[in-house]
Amino acid sequence: MSSEQAVLETRDLTINFGGHVAVNRVSCQFHKGTLTSIVGPNGAGKTTWFNLISGQLKATAGQVLLNGEDLTGLTAARRADKGLGRAFQLTNLFPNLTALENVRLAVAARHHIGHVFWQMASHRRDLTDRAMEYLTRVNLANRAGYLVSGLPHGDQRKLEVALMLALEPEVFMFDEPTAGMSVDEVPVILDLIADIKKQQDKVILLVEHKMDVVRSLSDRIVVLHNGELVADGEPAEVIASPVVQEAYLGASPDQQPEVAHG
Amino acid sequence: MLSRILSEDFPRSKTLTALLLVIVVSLALGPFLFDGIRAFTTLGMICVFIMVVAAYDLMLGYTHIVSFAHTMFFGIGAYGVAMAVDGMGNSFGAVLVGIIGALAVSFVLSLLLGLLSLRVKAIFFALVTLAVAFAFLSLVTQLYNITGGEDGMRVRVPRELGPAFRPFENSLPGIDVPTLLKGLLTQPWNIGQVWQEATFEVRFNGRNVMYYVLVAMATGVFLFLLRLVNSPFGRVLQAIRENEFRAEALGYRTVVYRTAVVILSALVATLAGAGFALINRYVNPENTLNFELMVFILLMCVIGGMGTLYGAIVGSTLFILAQNYLQDLLGWVGQYTAGIPLVENLLGEDHWLLWFGVLFVLSVYFFPAGVVGQLRIWALQRRNRKSPPPSGPEAEPVAQT
Repeated sequence: MSSEQAVLETRDLTINFGGHVAVNRVSCQFHKGTLTSIVGPNGAGKTTWFNLISGQLKATAGQVLLNGEDLTGLTAARRADKGLGRAFQLTNLFPNLTALENVRLAVAARHHIGHVFWQMASHRRDLTDRAMEYLTRVNLANRAGYLVSGLPHGDQRKLEVALMLALEPEVFMFDEPTAGMSVDEVPVILDLIADIKKQQDKVILLVEHKMDVVRSLSDRIVVLHNGELVADGEPAEVIASPVVQEAYLGASPDQQPEVAHG
Repeated sequence: MLSRILSEDFPRSKTLTALLLVIVVSLALGPFLFDGIRAFTTLGMICVFIMVVAAYDLMLGYTHIVSFAHTMFFGIGAYGVAMAVDGMGNSFGAVLVGIIGALAVSFVLSLLLGLLSLRVKAIFFALVTLAVAFAFLSLVTQLYNITGGEDGMRVRVPRELGPAFRPFENSLPGIDVPTLLKGLLTQPWNIGQVWQEATFEVRFNGRNVMYYVLVAMATGVFLFLLRLVNSPFGRVLQAIRENEFRAEALGYRTVVYRTAVVILSALVATLAGAGFALINRYVNPENTLNFELMVFILLMCVIGGMGTLYGAIVGSTLFILAQNYLQDLLGWVGQYTAGIPLVENLLGEDHWLLWFGVLFVLSVYFFPAGVVGQLRIWALQRRNRKSPPPSGPEAEPVAQT
């Protein structure tokens, strides 16, 4: 553990769904400028752990701390405001609004102007320009005026990421950002993640099944299995460790081909 | 200029623009275009319900909050004025006290309801509002000492708003459009005589003054709400409608926004209720608090087009016209079908409610997005056939279906 204070920390974080412990006493610290991949078989509790961190679920026990401040009692909205950014695994957007409006909502949330009712939304050039910047970053500038419900899946995934970027969070939580994307679209997202990492002052958490992606981007890998943290360390070391071979790869043989070619 | 007033939210359909212009001009010049007390009452009701329905659309169409307590707030406004005037005499001071008191009561009740939506969601929230509204209705009926119970209350309006007040010495010229149109259709060779028959004298009195106060109120409320839904705040409401979970995840405290909308909508309904009491000069549970009225408001909103705001104008106008004149129309058609078996019976004046229902089924079938929503969709489709789909950053979004 590094001596500087962790940006994000979970302490004994636990959730119990009527007897089924989906996340069991997970303690972990995340530091500035690092990208941590969270891997584990389906149902290992990765997304649930994310939900506990970003506040979509309330923990049964344990704490979530951001820069030493306890966020455990706060709602998802307050946590987002404090700097926890979240992109969802299943695309989760505003379907009957345009792509631009989706991002503009995130920009407005970041700048706390959601309560402004006397100005025209379209007159806030500052919001629109910023929103367009983020759309450009995810290669969606030419889709700005389209309704989200009419966008192809890949574009919706990119928009999901644009929304998180627009929140300018301190912690970026990507939940399978490239799932269901076509091969030629994936690099856009991976370059973006690499860009954020280059800024050196953000914390990035990534849930990803594609082992080549994990290996090329991560500074560290955390392995969850049955809701418990079973391994944590340098990528090469973690992937090679027997506990991972057994827990992750052994438990889910369908993941092996991906590892083999990655 | 126009763009600023309408907050850049234009009708976006030529047919709709024409329809709205006809309605707005008819309302603005109403007392000079339509003769008779019945027409006057109808005009007043349309103005009142434009406010009520626009406020309801803010909740239902823009934020997806289903509430059945809207008539309660309408009734609070109406009874507030009625009771204040009853107790303090027919002065403007009393009216003002009534309105402010009613707004205060509505504010507290709607705040409680709004906060309740923190715990109770969707259909359950709707049921709670229904229960509250029924409780209020029976309260008003029971407390007949102060509310007049089932009999209701007569509202003694200030003299300046009553029929005795005459701001102008002479009567003003008016031209009765229905008579004119009928004459032009049936005897176009006789224009001179038709014109003479159609002209009438408007004795402009305090009731007309009150009518124009209502027109001003409805205009103000409508333009304010139009600005509101096109502001950043309005966008958040739409975000909550589309995906509340995600709005929350972006950092919007959705309970605060929902509560604000419930309160705002309640206050507008209260104001409209006060206007109703002053123009109708009689309030009772049936014309202000009834559940049937609540269903009518819902229907006006849906027929006009949810989430369009313009739907409030179109919906209330069509609905109230149908409600008041369908019977006449049937009677008129009946003249020509008399003697034909079955048809004669079906088109009888007594069956107007049946045709009322048929009209709704047809309107929902042919205008699934409401009149305004559907006209916009058609206009958009026509434009898209001529040119490629939208690509600019501010391209217009399609109305919700």
